[in-house]
Amino acid sequence: MRHFFKNIKIVVKNLLSRKARSFLTVLGIVIGVAGVIIIISLGAGAQALVLGQITKLGTNIIGILPGKSDETGPPAAVFGVQIKTLVEADVEAIKNKTRVPHAVDIVSVVRGNVTITFGDQSIDTTFTATDGSYIRVQNVEMDRGVFFSDEEGRAAANVIILGYDVAEQLFPNGGGLGEIVKLKSNSNSFGSIPFRIIGVQEKLGTVAFQNQDDQVFIPFKIGQRQILGIDYVQFIRVRTDTPENVKTTIEDIEGVLREQHRIKNVTDDDFAVRDLADAIKILTSITDALRMFLGLMAGISLIVGGIGIMNIMLVTVSERTREIGLRKALGATSSQIRNQFLVEAVVLTGIGGILGIVLGIIISYIIALGARYAGYDWSFVISPLAIILAVFVSSLTGIIFGLFPAIKAAKLDPIDALRYE
Amino acid sequence: MLIQLKNITKEYDNIGVITKVLRGVSLDVKEGEFLAIMGPSGSGKSTLMHIIGFLDRSTDGTYLFDNENIKGLNDDELAYIRNERIGFVFQSFNLLARTTVLDNVILPLTYSKKKNHKELATKALEAVGLGNRLSFLSNQISGGQKQRVAIARALVCDPKVIFADEPTGNLDSKSGATVMNILGRLNSEGRTIILVTHDRNVAEHADRIITIKDGSIIKDEKNLNKRKSEMIEDEDL
Repeated sequence: MRHFFKNIKIVVKNLLSRKARSFLTVLGIVIGVAGVIIIISLGAGAQALVLGQITKLGTNIIGILPGKSDETGPPAAVFGVQIKTLVEADVEAIKNKTRVPHAVDIVSVVRGNVTITFGDQSIDTTFTATDGSYIRVQNVEMDRGVFFSDEEGRAAANVIILGYDVAEQLFPNGGGLGEIVKLKSNSNSFGSIPFRIIGVQEKLGTVAFQNQDDQVFIPFKIGQRQILGIDYVQFIRVRTDTPENVKTTIEDIEGVLREQHRIKNVTDDDFAVRDLADAIKILTSITDALRMFLGLMAGISLIVGGIGIMNIMLVTVSERTREIGLRKALGATSSQIRNQFLVEAVVLTGIGGILGIVLGIIISYIIALGARYAGYDWSFVISPLAIILAVFVSSLTGIIFGLFPAIKAAKLDPIDALRYE
Repeated sequence: MLIQLKNITKEYDNIGVITKVLRGVSLDVKEGEFLAIMGPSGSGKSTLMHIIGFLDRSTDGTYLFDNENIKGLNDDELAYIRNERIGFVFQSFNLLARTTVLDNVILPLTYSKKKNHKELATKALEAVGLGNRLSFLSNQISGGQKQRVAIARALVCDPKVIFADEPTGNLDSKSGATVMNILGRLNSEGRTIILVTHDRNVAEHADRIITIKDGSIIKDEKNLNKRKSEMIEDEDL
């Protein structure tokens, strides 16, 4: 042990006498380690963010999407394909209490883009056309005014709820309730339709990378028929009485829809009924892929760091070989040389590893702070596995490329090492 | 006898082409002797020196150091001899760059069992007139001073023999004279000195001069006009 400390003293002196080289070696390790920690932390943070937002919606929500999709894959609608197999008759069938007893709220939804005009101001935004019970399914909270009632929804009254940002832009001084705005579809030739503002949704910020405040809500029928000019439903959401009844309700709904669509074989389904657990599973598989991709990038940053270390070590081999020759000429044994270089590599990679961990954690934390400041509910996640992996790999690179040439040189006769070019 | 060489040969095998550098050299060196090995470049004098100085191995032949056959020694025992029993001075100084004069001289001590490294190194540096340069970096001093640091480093473990391979080869004549004076003084204090040079003037500091040509000793003579070692002047900064 005493010998080890003596070695460390020699090594530290030695490293300080070669500040540039030591710094560059350490830098390679710092970058590799910090890179891995940051990237892995970002991946974990993003995953936690997305999953957290989904879970917040509640666990007794069922989504019904048109088109068949397998259990774990994303539904076709995700890719922007419009499938028209869900219609209002299906919604009415699901509403049948004797067939689907545990469904409390059933809402139909279509979405599209519109231009909203108030006075001489126009804003392009997204509209969600749905039923009055949407407020209960999605836990919509109001900043002011009210959401439209089931009756208003059914009657297709010309009423509108503004998202917070939309209201902010049209009515910078607040208010706006009772005013008339005009909606015009960007995709068909229907003229402008007037709507009376009855509510403003509370500020939600960004969820799942979408600004939830840049949208408006209108009754389903108007959005579907008059603005989009279609006769199908883009998706249906169902709220069950308790989370325990989600599974039975899914089966009930599947039965109803198969009957509606005259489907005999399960494999011929032209719809997909999913609960949040499924959605979370899908999102997890997507974000896992994202994390794997990030992990790959982390691996590349490790390789880059490793190559940096390797280069510095290799460039200095000739200088170091002569030094080894000198040390041997002065009486160092091969094992003393090997120990010196081993301790040197351990000290260098140790310093680099620690600096890399600290830097990686600090930068990840700053990113988390920035994300929170930008309105994301970002959690600061540091994976111990990432730290261990990063430190292990860069230390290994440093030790292999620092030690291997040294061991080789230590085996030479002193004069051959001294003469090494 | 301190050093006995019998029929030492050295061959280099360069991808099948064998070059004979030493062709059977026999040589005895007594303790306390000041020996100069002379010869033109390529004669094999440096190779001989490296073999005697434990930096290289002979291809064949017997080498007894202090009556011990070195063939039976393992690497660690050779390292011990290099560390404790001999000192080496190189033409190109071979100091550790960006390292202080004192630490350069301490270097061999870190591989020995000796204690009081600082005192020993300081004493060795005072012996070569550099007691006031301890904390200078090795690249901040002149060539002559570098070679004196190298001599102090060779001296610090109190060896029996000091080997000097063209010690004045990279120096101007004044610094060269200082270095040779130091070696002469060390010899007069009883230390064996073995010197390699191609310069007759340098060789004439020795008691005995052997001449090598094409890998064999062609002349072994007593030096009749040996130069006297002068006192070391305290060198200017």
